[in-house]
Amino acid sequence: MSILRRVANLFRTKQLNREIDEELQSHLEEAVARGRDPEEARRALGSLLRHREASRDERLIVWLDSLRADAVFGLRQLRKNKITSAAAILSLALGMGLAVAGFRLLDAFLWRPLPVAHAEQLFAVARQGLGPSGDFRVSEANEYPLFVRERAAVCGEAELVAVSYSNRAELTFKTDDEIEKVERQYVSGWMFPAFELLPAAGRLFTEDDDRTPGEPAYVVLSYEYWTRRFGRDPSAVGRTFRMDNRIFTVIGVSPKGFTGTEPGTMIDVFVPTMMHEGVTHSDWSWFRTLAILQPGVSVDTVREKLQPVMQAFHEERAKGFKTEPKSFLDRFLSQKLLLEPASSGLSGMQAEYRRPLVVLGLLIAMVLVIACANVANLMTAQAAARHREMALRISIGAGRLRLVQLLLMESAWIAAAASAVGGVFAWWAAPFVVARINPSNSPAQLALPLDWRVTLFAALLTFAVAFVCAFAPSLRVSEVEPAQALKGEERQSRGRLMLTLVATQVAFCFVTYFAAGLFVTTFERLAHQPTGYSSENLVILTASAHQPQPPPVWDEASGRLRYVPGVESVAMAGWPLLDGNGWNGFIWVNSQSTEVLAYFLSVSPGFMDTMRIPLIQGRDFRPDEVFPGKAIVNEAFVQQCFGGRNPLGQWFEKETGDGVTRWRFEVVGVVRNARYRNMREPMTPTAYVPFFRTNPAGLSEPEPKDGGSFIVRMRKGSPAALMGILRSEVSHARPELRVSSIRTQVEINEAHTVRERLLAMLAGFFAAVGLLLAAVGVYGVLHYSVLQRQKEIGVRIALGARPFDIARQVTVEMSFMAAIGMGAGLAVGFATVRFIASLLYEVKPTDPSMTITPILVIAGTIVVAALPALIRAVRIDPASMLRVD
Amino acid sequence: MAPKPDTLQGSLDLLVLKILSRRSPLHGYAIMSAIQDISADTLRVEEGSLYPALHRMEESGWIRAQWITKENGRRARVYELTIGGKKQLGIEESRWKAVAAAVNRVLREA
Repeated sequence: MSILRRVANLFRTKQLNREIDEELQSHLEEAVARGRDPEEARRALGSLLRHREASRDERLIVWLDSLRADAVFGLRQLRKNKITSAAAILSLALGMGLAVAGFRLLDAFLWRPLPVAHAEQLFAVARQGLGPSGDFRVSEANEYPLFVRERAAVCGEAELVAVSYSNRAELTFKTDDEIEKVERQYVSGWMFPAFELLPAAGRLFTEDDDRTPGEPAYVVLSYEYWTRRFGRDPSAVGRTFRMDNRIFTVIGVSPKGFTGTEPGTMIDVFVPTMMHEGVTHSDWSWFRTLAILQPGVSVDTVREKLQPVMQAFHEERAKGFKTEPKSFLDRFLSQKLLLEPASSGLSGMQAEYRRPLVVLGLLIAMVLVIACANVANLMTAQAAARHREMALRISIGAGRLRLVQLLLMESAWIAAAASAVGGVFAWWAAPFVVARINPSNSPAQLALPLDWRVTLFAALLTFAVAFVCAFAPSLRVSEVEPAQALKGEERQSRGRLMLTLVATQVAFCFVTYFAAGLFVTTFERLAHQPTGYSSENLVILTASAHQPQPPPVWDEASGRLRYVPGVESVAMAGWPLLDGNGWNGFIWVNSQSTEVLAYFLSVSPGFMDTMRIPLIQGRDFRPDEVFPGKAIVNEAFVQQCFGGRNPLGQWFEKETGDGVTRWRFEVVGVVRNARYRNMREPMTPTAYVPFFRTNPAGLSEPEPKDGGSFIVRMRKGSPAALMGILRSEVSHARPELRVSSIRTQVEINEAHTVRERLLAMLAGFFAAVGLLLAAVGVYGVLHYSVLQRQKEIGVRIALGARPFDIARQVTVEMSFMAAIGMGAGLAVGFATVRFIASLLYEVKPTDPSMTITPILVIAGTIVVAALPALIRAVRIDPASMLRVD
Repeated sequence: MAPKPDTLQGSLDLLVLKILSRRSPLHGYAIMSAIQDISADTLRVEEGSLYPALHRMEESGWIRAQWITKENGRRARVYELTIGGKKQLGIEESRWKAVAAAVNRVLREA
């Protein structure tokens, strides 16, 4: 009876009872058929029930008993070989720990349903089409007036909820000196009822809290924020704070576990959508639309009802487009509406990190396979060493399956111990990785509960690993020939199975190393990508004012900063380059629209100098020049808008955004290209324009500004402590200005390579672990094969074989298998590289250096790992070998 | 006089294995009848203890069972010896012989 059937018996007692009953019944029938009295036969057989119990117990207890015996014996075996067992457990623990950590991360980020009612009925309304620059894109951003119509159109079949993209907001419960930064999300008032969420304190929004634009100024705190900020004090409900120059009242606290709808971000305060300026604008896309489908309503029904609503809305809007190119209009009107499953929420971070995390998960799986192969090889070697014991067991009547069960119990012990150690590792590793997703000033925040999903995964993994590790040695055991083994004959098998496992290890090792090489190179290329300016020693102070302040206020603060010791020069800009902000528009030349989408940045005189962006033609801005009127453009701009002609004195125009008017600019200077948006794209055409704007009220003094960034270049070697002095200097100079953040340009630039850094770091780590484990595997297998063949080697040496011949003989198969593994790895690597192509930058997988390095490193490692066994083989003393047995 | 069925304890396995080594497959009733017939009714298997014993031996891998349909259309569970069972039979047989020899010696020489 197979093990599987026995296990099945445990759970199928009913079926078993029926079988036993049937058998006893057939016994009685047989008795009657032979002429016995039915009553007498029944009496002789005794109580059916008692038999049934006795028989069933026999079946189950015998099995459980053997299982227990095997478990005890397996444990004893492991304790006998303490060092090898510890090595097996540790290497497996690393693999399993990584797997569990990876699962926790992937699950929390991508798969776990939101803790809301009907999460499986949750969809996101998205639109698919071609973006402004002709690229295919799917966008979930929606406009509020359209949302209102959409909601009415599917009323009764689906409830639509608006949830804004989360953003950082500043609020204060006391005075302006104690500003706190929070994650804020605007949500429809009826979101909480639709999700069937109950307040942890106070009350949650209802539809009535979300009817009139601009009111009411209520917020709901998240449970986490309530805990962190107020220690779960119930009196937090009713408190007021100031945010964006308005006073808000806390009306309640959302339930524990609900952290918003964006995995990777934990919302601190929820605000009704009506408090967002955008609710009245038809051209502001600032939120996602989630649809909660009623049971039984199909996705297509809802989609078909929403599509015409969007189409009609877009056609109305398109009538207002006067200046946009025709192609833009066509693209705008040919968008298609989609419903995407959103049961686990939606976030930009999810979209950005989905593929990297899946790739990391696959790499972890490979490391785990490498670790499993090691344990399997170890157990195979041990099983071979216990060859006689096994043969003895078979010859006194143990079924081979029983031996397999014995091995299974052993590997179960290893797997269980490894999963315990690995669990501890995963406990630490998952939050470690989460903290490294996203830039360090706004790291990903992810709830990582240790719930049944994680437990179940760990349990299944343990079972799977136990079975996989026991598989190879089981094959070995099933070949045991008791008669020969007991006669003392060594088996002549060359351990082909173990070599196959080594080949697998080499293959996966190559793939991880190959991938790691690609990611590390990508990171290096991106990190060393020339930015077009000098980032070192640049400090950026971003300041804001409650009331817009006139130029003298800004200039005074700027002047005070210049006299701080260690400061070389100071300039102002709307925002620093590469910090994620952007301002763009289509360019018109000679009153003709072009397809050029240029980026704009307002800068003060001296900006180019402070940033070290070389001016190649023309001049810098003068202090009295205001926006619009003059512009300094970069080379890409000259190339795309003026066809490379000398642009000095030429004019260009930018749409103002009202669809009719345009601003005019005269080019006064040309600078070298500098990175504006990110490190990956080609240099964007960029126009720098004066920091201050003409006063719309017609006054001669430029328009007051409520925010901007001071760009401060420090002298080389200035102490970091100066950054604090800079901050206080601004508020000392002008109390109206408040510094909301202080960063170095290097920090800002590094934020663009966080994902690549994470991938490079983790993939590199996995490659190193994989290499180490594979080395252990090679060492173990060679060592074992030398031990197995020492008699034969002894004979050869006695017959005059030279060390070189011995070495070749010992390693020829291993080299062959390693080469096969390498080839397989190369094939797998090239086959899968397309999947990661979007994560790479300026690195070609076909680049020979990408494949040669791992081949050399792995080959070198194998040689090193093989040395001890080789030395042992060559040094075998023929005399002592021939005396054995 | 027939010995009490209890005295068969311990030798039931041996008898079943032996019977099955000669003619198999057999169902439970046939095994029981065979033991009775061959021993000329001296050995009687208690019907109630036969099936648990069969199931235990099946579990130990000495015998294996399968359902068949007999010519009269009835289903029956028949047993046959496995390789492990053959070895077990050898072990049990020699043990029995040793015990029997020892008992005989005691009877002879005491």
